[in-house]
Amino acid sequence: MPRTRDQLAERAAQELQDGFYVNLGIGIPTLVANYIPDGMEVTLQSENGMLGMGPFPFEGEEDPDLINAGKQTITALPKTSYFSSADSFAMIRGGHIDLSILGAMEVAENGDIANWMIPGKMVKGMGGAMDLVAGVKRVVVVMDHANKAGQSKVLKRCTLPLTGQRVVTRIITDLCVFDVLPNGEGLSLLELAPGVTADEVAARTEAQWRPAPELKAA
Amino acid sequence: MRKIVPDAQAALDGLLFDGMTIMAGGFGLCGIPENSILALRDSGVKDITAISNNAGVDDFGLGLLLQTRQIKKMVSSYVGENKEFERQYLAGELELEFNPQGTLAERIRAGGAGIPAFFTATGAGTLVAEGKETRVFAEREYVLETGLTADLALVKAWKADEAGNLVYRETARNFNPMMATAGRRCVVEVEEIVPTGSLDPDGIHTPGIYVDRLFVGAFEKRIEQRTVRPRQAAPIPAATGAEV
Repeated sequence: MPRTRDQLAERAAQELQDGFYVNLGIGIPTLVANYIPDGMEVTLQSENGMLGMGPFPFEGEEDPDLINAGKQTITALPKTSYFSSADSFAMIRGGHIDLSILGAMEVAENGDIANWMIPGKMVKGMGGAMDLVAGVKRVVVVMDHANKAGQSKVLKRCTLPLTGQRVVTRIITDLCVFDVLPNGEGLSLLELAPGVTADEVAARTEAQWRPAPELKAA
Repeated sequence: MRKIVPDAQAALDGLLFDGMTIMAGGFGLCGIPENSILALRDSGVKDITAISNNAGVDDFGLGLLLQTRQIKKMVSSYVGENKEFERQYLAGELELEFNPQGTLAERIRAGGAGIPAFFTATGAGTLVAEGKETRVFAEREYVLETGLTADLALVKAWKADEAGNLVYRETARNFNPMMATAGRRCVVEVEEIVPTGSLDPDGIHTPGIYVDRLFVGAFEKRIEQRTVRPRQAAPIPAATGAEV
């Protein structure tokens, strides 16, 4: 059975490590914060200029000066620091963030990612996504395996305008987990979601992949 | 004391002209120069090139200047919250230059610091790199991006002293400090002006040298996405960001 949004977030939370500084994207990646294991210290960065993001405020305690990159009201923690957008992206571009978990419209077998623009349809802008994929040490994509039309989002080559080239290291979908192999060797199937078979992945994936030696069913 | 003026209209007096380039601080509606934007609208100045991370919403922030068609071109990273923006752009009525958010921030920082251009890996191999010089350092491709300056920077800070030293509050800092350095003129609106000497010199975010005119504004501080958690909830909901 394919993973639900929350199960995807729960699986993505396994990418976290104690002491990590992490930037989470919009959508399913946001939910990852709900699954940070007890006792693990993870510090969330918000690219509008905050390190150490706390939970949403209680009603009546919203502060218009304190928002996350999704423009939602949030709270601070004792360890919080604030800084300018230039400092924030120096942190990102300079490789100081350990992990970025992002959604995507398309990912290719060489690690290319497209998640900011549909020509003629969507002109919202890339925000900080291009900086994140270019600068963060490890980029993990969490997304549905197929788009609304049922077509594979895991492709040989992206068809939409790219956010970054060869930047994704791992792809977590509702069906499975792929690693992007170095040197253009394609994808390696690392895990299957509970009840999903390798044949099913084969039928629903456009990209080239091969099973990893340690392939396991979750 | 010489920098302090009564209001936004006085602050902008003599600084505006058609076709000018204006930087406006803020992220979404957080930390935007609300008062100067209203005064800019009332001035009627037109054909503005506006450099700002976002374009406000339809009826607040820079969205007000889109409604009145005073903006000719926007340089931004994300404009998703503004429907009028999308309409004008798709109809060919508005020029648009998208910059990755970190590239935009660094271009402004560089402009204010006298650095004409810099190389960044952000956007390499994407539409952003088209027509730009690229260069390989240590086997990685980088894109040459130019520094940005403006005729006028509109900045919002929390507190100032009479010498123009500024302190920002929480995430309302965002693009404001870099913009303060990158405008040939810099107009700052604050919530409070305190006597010189009462701010901690170690805690000044923007030194007064960058500030030309300063006034105390009245702020609506509109919240774009009011998000709360119930008081009784056991699990703490996620409060995390988007690539916006």
